[in-house]
Amino acid sequence: MMNERAIRLFLRLYVGCIFVFVFAPIIASMIFSFNSDRFPTIPLGSFTWHWYETVYNDPDVWDALRTSVIVGVSTAILSTFIGFCTAYSDFRYNFRFKGAYLALALLPPTIPLVIMALAMLAWFSRIGVSGQVWSIVMAHTVMCSPFAMAIIRLRLQQMDSNLEAAAWNLGANQWRTMREIVLPFAKPGIISALCLTAAVSFDEFAVAWFVSGLNKTIPVVVLEIVTGNIDPQVNAIGTFVFITSMTLVIIAQIVIMTQEKKEKQPA
Amino acid sequence: MADKKHESTKPVKRSIDIYALTWRMPIIIWQFLFFVGPLIFMIAMSFFLVENYRMVEAFEMKNWVKMLGRNYFWDSYFYTLGLASAATVLATVLAFPASYALAFKMSETARRWAVFFLIIPFFTSYLVRTFSWYVILAESGVINAILSYVNLGPYTMLNTKFGTMVGYMTLTLPLVIILQTLSLSQIDRNLIGAAHNLGCGRIRTVFTVIVPLAKVGLIIGAVFCFILSFGDFVSPYYLGGSKPPTLPIMIIDTTKSGQQWPRAAVVAVMMMVTLFSVAFAAIALAYRKRSQ
Repeated sequence: MMNERAIRLFLRLYVGCIFVFVFAPIIASMIFSFNSDRFPTIPLGSFTWHWYETVYNDPDVWDALRTSVIVGVSTAILSTFIGFCTAYSDFRYNFRFKGAYLALALLPPTIPLVIMALAMLAWFSRIGVSGQVWSIVMAHTVMCSPFAMAIIRLRLQQMDSNLEAAAWNLGANQWRTMREIVLPFAKPGIISALCLTAAVSFDEFAVAWFVSGLNKTIPVVVLEIVTGNIDPQVNAIGTFVFITSMTLVIIAQIVIMTQEKKEKQPA
Repeated sequence: MADKKHESTKPVKRSIDIYALTWRMPIIIWQFLFFVGPLIFMIAMSFFLVENYRMVEAFEMKNWVKMLGRNYFWDSYFYTLGLASAATVLATVLAFPASYALAFKMSETARRWAVFFLIIPFFTSYLVRTFSWYVILAESGVINAILSYVNLGPYTMLNTKFGTMVGYMTLTLPLVIILQTLSLSQIDRNLIGAAHNLGCGRIRTVFTVIVPLAKVGLIIGAVFCFILSFGDFVSPYYLGGSKPPTLPIMIIDTTKSGQQWPRAAVVAVMMMVTLFSVAFAAIALAYRKRSQ
């Protein structure tokens, strides 16, 4: 039917337009990062590594990168640990107030970043830990552990809960069962949670901006450059951050997919 | 559910408790120290006083009276509310045809890839994307340069509501499409086939069959869009020109330059109250039983 085909074509074009809109700023920023004009427009200027060199020679950026890596790695480890504990509790146990428990665990992403930032800033200065690298880690862990919990919970969902009981019957205590059965099973979930939480922390700017004090992370440096003026350095940093985050995301994706494939193969 | 199965093989009762608590406690401790604690402290702080640039713990209504008694607060409040509501309607309407296409008109593989690509933006810096739009939309930017070839423009797109909306859509559209697509793909295809067989036209099927069936997903998408745009300071600041400032910008200005944390806390509490009311109303709407 002509009508049906026309509608299909229209919908496809529409989806195409949406993707153009979503990816235009990402791709544009990559192109601009190699473009010689300070204020890029059409037609483009010549190809240059200038902005990357500027960034590379900027000691502030290196300091920020160091802070970002410390924060990202610490946040990933802490929030994945907490996320695993929560996911396992939810998987294994029923208890009173479980609804409230899960709400407490999953609520942070629904609070606007500015509000979290203000609340954290005030709280950290009240308890005397403001302006340190660790204050960013504590705040980021709150924001990242729900993601870790969700990813690991999905993985545990695939585990037969009789597996644990079988191990106990064979004489293993609960701790040993955790070490030899549950943890190995959850491993792909844990690895992807580590990658994704690191990526989220690596990109977060609002809370980091409020609580970091002098220990700026990369996104905070970007925020400050953007506030100053038009500076294509931002595109160079942005492209670098994008590649880092995407590497983490793709590693997470590959870990999950290889595991799925392995499990589908008959033993 | 899992509990029951395990009951028959119950090890010593005491060790079960320690074991269970080991896994249960970390999040409770962490969230109380660094999530609930800060939020409650912020509410308390809205009653503190500032004397000689120092915060003094007190319980006074001064900040509340001062902030809520000013027109510029309410102007900003309704402006932010209006922008966020507009963004919510816009994102829901813009996303729907795309989600419909992804859910019903494309293969499983194509859908998976589409969702994967829609996740990518979450891992790119929102700041950098906004900066990109700034350059694209500027008076002498890419779009106006292209338009000038066909003798159109230049149009002013920065520092307008249009600019703010572009930013909000950059932030929210991928998430709204993902949530809508997930809920649309769970609809039983037979129901749509049945509607067609009974002579229900395409458009009518969409509005009388598909939308009601996917209601929960559509509303959850809209709620997330509202929360994100209501709380975003980047787009209204860099693309919208911040005139008048939205509530998040007001929080930043008051905190960063004014030393007035308690007043910023008042704004933050007002935002939380608004968000919770909107979210609860929406969830009630989503799960309301249809009267029939």
